[in-house]
Amino acid sequence: MSKQNETVKTIVVAGLLCFVCSILVSGIVVALRPMQAKNAEIDMKKNILMSAGLLNKGDDVEEVFNTLDTMVVNIETGKVTDEVKASEYDQVAAVKNPEYAVKIPSSEDVGGLSSRSKYAKVYVKKDDAGAISTVILSQWGKGLWSTMYGFIALGADFNTIKGFGYYSQGETPGLGGEVDNPKWKAQWVGKKLYNDDGSVAFKVAKGQAQNDYQVDGLSGATITSNGVTSSIKYWFGDHGYKALLNNLKAGGL
Amino acid sequence: MSIKKLVVEPLISNNPIALQILGICSALAVTVQLKNVFVMCAAVTLVVAFANMGVSLIRNHVPNSVRIIVQMTIIASLVIVAEQFLKAYVYDQWKTMAVYVGLIITNCIVMGRTEAFGMKNGPIESFFDGIGNGLGYSIILIAVGFFRELFGSGKLLGFTVFELTKDGGWYMPNGLMLLPPSAFFLIGGLIWIIRTYDPSQVEE
Repeated sequence: MSKQNETVKTIVVAGLLCFVCSILVSGIVVALRPMQAKNAEIDMKKNILMSAGLLNKGDDVEEVFNTLDTMVVNIETGKVTDEVKASEYDQVAAVKNPEYAVKIPSSEDVGGLSSRSKYAKVYVKKDDAGAISTVILSQWGKGLWSTMYGFIALGADFNTIKGFGYYSQGETPGLGGEVDNPKWKAQWVGKKLYNDDGSVAFKVAKGQAQNDYQVDGLSGATITSNGVTSSIKYWFGDHGYKALLNNLKAGGL
Repeated sequence: MSIKKLVVEPLISNNPIALQILGICSALAVTVQLKNVFVMCAAVTLVVAFANMGVSLIRNHVPNSVRIIVQMTIIASLVIVAEQFLKAYVYDQWKTMAVYVGLIITNCIVMGRTEAFGMKNGPIESFFDGIGNGLGYSIILIAVGFFRELFGSGKLLGFTVFELTKDGGWYMPNGLMLLPPSAFFLIGGLIWIIRTYDPSQVEE
């Protein structure tokens, strides 16, 4: 075979192989996507329920999740909005969508987030009498390496923490990564966000927690701890969920 | 070579991990829990088998100058397919081992078999050679995973075998077993046992 022919053959073989492989890969990806989307959705529901401590071992995620009401709330006014459907709205993705993103004024931006979503997706659990017993809110903040995404659940007084957890973070394993430690997260339960004059008093302490507004610091992870503190301070401050919580306290959205 | 021999030989007498010392990396990474081990073994075995068969099918048409990249393309495609299946059917396991599934591409066993066997033999033999080597890999991983989960967290496949002291039992877990280097000690021990049983494997 001449050199010319050999080059042509090489290119033809390479081209055909790439074609066949790409058909195979894209076919499988498209065929399996619905199942994967379903899995991701169940996983997210599981995260929401677990952060509020509502999921017991052996429970069916969908079943428990269906006991919650989901609504979309305008963060600024704290009122329920019907501009977007809850099933189609993703609060985290909304930050990247100019239509749904709101710039955080630098004076308010304690967490260094620079922008937040216009609407919040709020999950509410009501007791048998119809009163709200738990409200679950989305929150995220900057740690040392990553943005940590999670949920926080508040009790019926909209001040006491019922549960907390991140579902996605990339902090140093063993140091900042301890934000995922169940023992540490368990400390959050029963702590209070606001002090008597209504400002956010909650923080991750340096060292041991001193009072009802603090949890223990994470040793060797000062920046991650501060990131958690400042993100909570932002999310529950005037620019965050305060209006929403005030409306809840006043009796409705 | 008979198919039986192709499948049985890599299990002990020509084991890819214990004799050829290939694919050590994932043996360290995914063996903390036996459940992940099984998922990983199934994925690797199927990828080796089908990659070997795929390479063998087109071996006479592959120009020598691009053969490695051709094998790589086939392997990479199969690994993506395997990962998509895991994501669709065993989402929780996929989440805990995400990056290591993608790293099957660089598992030396896969490429070693396609280059050494698939390029020279027919598709059926290649397929079973892949199965054999995948199972050889699995045997070692399962053995390592068994000891690491049992002594590291007192469980097997998530079921408690030794009650841990922190749960009120008697067993104080061995923290080393939870760390990747423990797999080195276990693999070393297995190689020792295999070579005592079969002295012909001992290197001069």
